[in-house]
Amino acid sequence: MSPTASKSKNPLSPKERIQVPRQLMPEQPAEVRAHNFEEVNLGYSPELAQQEALRCLECAKPTCTDNCPVGIDVKEFVQRIVIGDFLGAAAKIREANVLPAITGRVCPQEDQCEGKCLLSKKVKPLGIGYLERFVADYEQRMGTHIVPNAEPTGKKVAIVGSGPSGLTVAGDLIQKGHNVRVFEALHEIGGVLVYGIPEFRLPKQIVREQIEYMRQMGVEFETDVVVGRTVTIDELLEEEGCDAVYIGTGAGLPQFMNIPGEHLNGVYSANEFLTRINLMKAYKFPVYDEPMLDLRGKDVAVIGGGNTALDAIRSALRLGARNAYVIYRRSDAEMPARAEEVHHARQEGIDFQMLTAPVEFLSDGKGWLTAARCVRMELGEPDASGRRRPVRMQGSEFDLPLSVAVIAIGTTANPIVQSTTPGLGTNKRGYIHATEETQRTTRKGVFAGGDIVTGAATVILAMGAGRRAANSIHQYLTTGEW
Amino acid sequence: MFKIVHAQFLAPGIKRFVIEAPRIARKQQPGQFVILRIYEEGERIPVTIENSDPAKGTINIVVQSAGKTTNLLNRLETGDSILDVVGPLGKPSDIRNYGTVVVVGGGVGTAMAYPTALALKRAGNRVISIVGARNRELVILEKEMREVSDALLITTDDGSYADKGFVTDKLRQLIDNGTRIDLVVAVGPIVMMKAVSELTRKENIHTVVSLNPIMIDGTGMCGGCRVLIDGKSEFACVDGPEFDGHKVNFEVLVQRNTMYRTAEQQSMEEFKRLQKAEAEQDEVCAATSSAQQGEQR
Repeated sequence: MSPTASKSKNPLSPKERIQVPRQLMPEQPAEVRAHNFEEVNLGYSPELAQQEALRCLECAKPTCTDNCPVGIDVKEFVQRIVIGDFLGAAAKIREANVLPAITGRVCPQEDQCEGKCLLSKKVKPLGIGYLERFVADYEQRMGTHIVPNAEPTGKKVAIVGSGPSGLTVAGDLIQKGHNVRVFEALHEIGGVLVYGIPEFRLPKQIVREQIEYMRQMGVEFETDVVVGRTVTIDELLEEEGCDAVYIGTGAGLPQFMNIPGEHLNGVYSANEFLTRINLMKAYKFPVYDEPMLDLRGKDVAVIGGGNTALDAIRSALRLGARNAYVIYRRSDAEMPARAEEVHHARQEGIDFQMLTAPVEFLSDGKGWLTAARCVRMELGEPDASGRRRPVRMQGSEFDLPLSVAVIAIGTTANPIVQSTTPGLGTNKRGYIHATEETQRTTRKGVFAGGDIVTGAATVILAMGAGRRAANSIHQYLTTGEW
Repeated sequence: MFKIVHAQFLAPGIKRFVIEAPRIARKQQPGQFVILRIYEEGERIPVTIENSDPAKGTINIVVQSAGKTTNLLNRLETGDSILDVVGPLGKPSDIRNYGTVVVVGGGVGTAMAYPTALALKRAGNRVISIVGARNRELVILEKEMREVSDALLITTDDGSYADKGFVTDKLRQLIDNGTRIDLVVAVGPIVMMKAVSELTRKENIHTVVSLNPIMIDGTGMCGGCRVLIDGKSEFACVDGPEFDGHKVNFEVLVQRNTMYRTAEQQSMEEFKRLQKAEAEQDEVCAATSSAQQGEQR
């Protein structure tokens, strides 16, 4: 490995670097991809990646790394791409991130590394996400190199939930020589990566490969275990010989709007809609047994403006929806979805009904959804979230004909672990209390992180919490100090 | 994989499986259920737990053939395995000494009523059980229910066994006879639980029903199993499956359970085709082996 502070290998002067345009990500044409579940982005070629890498200004104090929740050494990995050492670049990323092929695809880079890229003051930021994805995929094709773990410590850690934060903790702790067992409630490993994010944004094969890599590192997985029901945290600690437990159970219960008609047939939560599609492959019915409503030629809307909302409506479009709407009560500027997803969705023909909110779901009198009664909104004063509060416009009511409505307005804490673990502190909203620096809960030996602590957030923030937790667990296991 | 250590029909179309599931066996309490998936392309379905044996690490489930998955499940035999079994799910029944409890089991629901009746009996209650079925053949767990009940009343819809009528007739009789009832627990078809709840509402008898809506994950994540309780959305998998029968909106439950009827019918036809093809295959094999080559179809 070359030292981090190596001399620049980049032949271009800073001025010349700014002249190089940001390399476009090759993608499936919108009119084609709107009808299939294959990945939208096709990935950089080595040439494109090297060209893009040349744009890095190699800042003395790289703000990209400071703004990465897992602290990837961006400057160094990009330099390695410049000289064509792609495996070296992958190894550099892996020092900080166990799931690069995933984060390279789903991170909101504009809010993280790329958001703070110095280039963005003048031109478009460095395509850090695209480059991360490129080296991760390159490494996968070349055969991943397993870094040997540290000497076994004899300590055992249970991880509850196999989503991004749990996997991060598992990857970090196995490297430090601990025995790691991950428990998953569903029948497949990956949490939101397999039930939530669709194939066209994150192919499940990628997730499987990353998990296979972790298996090879020595991580054990047990599916079909709902911790809190099948086994409790206390039983893991007292009877199954675990020295520490990490809780990364995710956000959990879908929120509904509490408006009339929410129980009609055709109204789904985004979690259910996406789980049927992604985990249960309901769109392959009857080859797969799990059914879902036939969306061909139907009008479908999603309510919400986050990544989940866009994942749902773009899936509906791919399943043959005639009209596919996003109904969002605020404006473009407030939409929490990743910029690239909004851009892709517009290209595909998703109809954005902004500053609009449903007030009632209407039925055919036999229990089936026929329309959403909506009102238009305007933005008033900022609310607690700092975003301008949407206010209903009088007399703006209209009915939008719909066969299926998908509610994607957020989630609340899943109570199963909390309610079965005495002494585990939670906040008002039922999320687990954990200190930010150490991810320690109020119970000795029990750590928590990700959405079950913060409420619904992003894959990379959950991974950042996982990283802090892994360091903190390691410290606890080696010193015994709480 | 979860091994089936014993499989046995209790009645036509109703089969009991004893499954190796040590973690679930240790934790199972009355009122809880499991979700299972039989093969890679299979759906996840919630299934009643009848009983468990923590020492042997086994659970008993009882399954009635209805759609494709339950039909396929009921073809499995001792020695076969089930791909996924997860649980125990749902909140356990609230077992206390209420005084006199009437436990009503309708059809295959009797399998879920049984552990609750047993636990209520052990908690010191006087347990009167009412078991209802369509006909004589479909009366299940009679012996088991009798063992845990102070009295057992049986009805069949067609009168082919015990008394002709419905479980509500027996419940009505108990009330009319002046039996003091502190709690009614009803597990069975929605229409039955609804009828029981309507009857007891008038009599002001607290009634608990066990709901079985469409479900995927069983951990609260999907919200597919939402039911209207007292006008509010609750999730059967984490808030239930037992709810106050007087607060349940049964119409919405019935309506939501029809959501995939078309797909379910399609699956069932597919299953029948498969069965028919297999039967024909067997016929052809038999014919071939007896050296009668030729046009069999």
